[in-house]
Amino acid sequence: MKPRTADKIATTVIVALALLIVAILIGLLGYILVRGLGHISWDFLTSAPQKIRAGGGVGPQLFNSLFLLVLTLLITVPLGLGAGIFMAEYARPGRLTNFIRLIVEVLSSFPSIIVGLFGLLLIVNYFDLGFSLVSGALALTVFNLPLMVRITEQAFRAVPKQQKEAGFALGLSKWKIVTSVLLPVALPTIITGTILSAGRVFGEAAALMFTAGMSSPRLDFSNWNPLSPSSPLNPFRPAETLAVHIWKVNSEGLAPDAAEIAAGASAVLVITVLIFNLAARFFGRYIYRKLTASKRMN
Amino acid sequence: MSVKPKKTRLEKHHIEDLIGRSYMSLCVLLLVVIIVSMVYFVASKGLANFFSGKVSLSEFFGGTKWAPDAETPSYGALPFISGSFLVTLLAALIASPLSICAALFMTEIVPSWGKKLLQPVIELLSGIPSVVYGFVGLSVIVPFLRDTFPGQGIGVFAGALVLSVMILPTITSVAADALAALPQNLKESSFALGATRWQTISRVILPTTFPAIMTGVVLGMARAFGEALAVQMVIGNAPFVPKSLFESASTLTSVITLSMGNTTMGSTHNNALWSMALVLMLMTFLFVLVVRMLERRNKI
Repeated sequence: MKPRTADKIATTVIVALALLIVAILIGLLGYILVRGLGHISWDFLTSAPQKIRAGGGVGPQLFNSLFLLVLTLLITVPLGLGAGIFMAEYARPGRLTNFIRLIVEVLSSFPSIIVGLFGLLLIVNYFDLGFSLVSGALALTVFNLPLMVRITEQAFRAVPKQQKEAGFALGLSKWKIVTSVLLPVALPTIITGTILSAGRVFGEAAALMFTAGMSSPRLDFSNWNPLSPSSPLNPFRPAETLAVHIWKVNSEGLAPDAAEIAAGASAVLVITVLIFNLAARFFGRYIYRKLTASKRMN
Repeated sequence: MSVKPKKTRLEKHHIEDLIGRSYMSLCVLLLVVIIVSMVYFVASKGLANFFSGKVSLSEFFGGTKWAPDAETPSYGALPFISGSFLVTLLAALIASPLSICAALFMTEIVPSWGKKLLQPVIELLSGIPSVVYGFVGLSVIVPFLRDTFPGQGIGVFAGALVLSVMILPTITSVAADALAALPQNLKESSFALGATRWQTISRVILPTTFPAIMTGVVLGMARAFGEALAVQMVIGNAPFVPKSLFESASTLTSVITLSMGNTTMGSTHNNALWSMALVLMLMTFLFVLVVRMLERRNKI
């Protein structure tokens, strides 16, 4: 074959396969939205699920997912910031630092089901927290922490060296430099990464099946006492999330409209993740403009 | 008369520094504690059956019969181990060419707008939750396979297809980074010799970036091996060593997902599931090790 012909054929194949990926995404999103959007209504988003009859909603599951996300971020962000800043600014190159980096890498490659099983063993059984929101949030912390550490570390490393040196030249303490000089510059990247990781947490199911549980008690949304068992705010109640609900409906759903419920819930999940993605972009840029003098974020 | 202390006083910023430093060290320590306890707990549960002699190593890794509820129960995990490896390899085989082409498209064919088009696509694909992939697989891929091929549609092939879409973003982004990091003069000298673009890609670019691209493939395989719900929903969950790609089969993750909730803690059946979790964990270590080796090769 002539080299030119081979080049043309190869280029065509590469372009075709690359466009195939675009087509796969459009097909996926299109399918989920077309099948699911018709089923989404205010009633679907707020009412409780039905076991055997049709017409159940995903209200409690949606609330559980959001509440669990907030709890997880409340635990993960401070811990991730701490460990990430340590890795970027304090850790000296050497064996120990390499070891910690390896730990972060291994921890982030653990399958989420392993995280869930670990949560079942340690948090649910050993600490006796049972299937509860707290257990789920702690399991998700294990799942999300390595990512948070990496995001923070990269954000801090991306800050220009001169900024730090200028701080040292002014005689500032290291802590002051970290909190007042580096953090504001790194913050937009950290926020963008956190929102993206939130999308990942929102859709996670395997780590939650055995920690937050696969059932949701009857919730009384007028009861805001966090200690009452039927209060939505009680962190020690079992909480099936939206993603777990999709799995359960698909594998053991008895309601006649199980497929529609799964489609509707999938659409809700995907739309939420899309919103997180857009918010991450927008918010990162906005904060960058607020905190720094430059107009564009690189 | 006041005496000035000779020692340097502990000033406010010293205390701040100390508190900040100790807090951050605690966070790092927590990471170490988490991983040590994870390995310890999963290993102690996973090895229990072997230590108590209820299941032998050869039965677990060599046995093809999984019948924990039979009168003479047997705990052969080979169906699940082979299922896991089969779906993972197949998914990597399907996803790798697609991902490499996508990466080439972004960096070599149309560098001007290829990245702008594919980057958001890749990010969205990686953002879609795995249960949603499972749901779409169950309602699109399985019926399609049922109509086109013999069998019920569920099985290893359906699982591999779903997984291949899920690991596309991982391989593509690693491969694209590797291609973008390639020194420009390598390509320029190839073009200067009169090579066409495809000759440059196939003889210069791909061989040079091969270890880096393989890193992406191994990372993708690690993700595929550990993925639980999406696979469980489409693979059929029959505990047999797969003889055909279109027959119901199982993976390590799918059997753990299904049975962990229905067995009592501490029973032989339950501990056998923990042994499988331990296998998953050891495979994760192996994948990380391979990635590290490839990265080291890539540096030289």
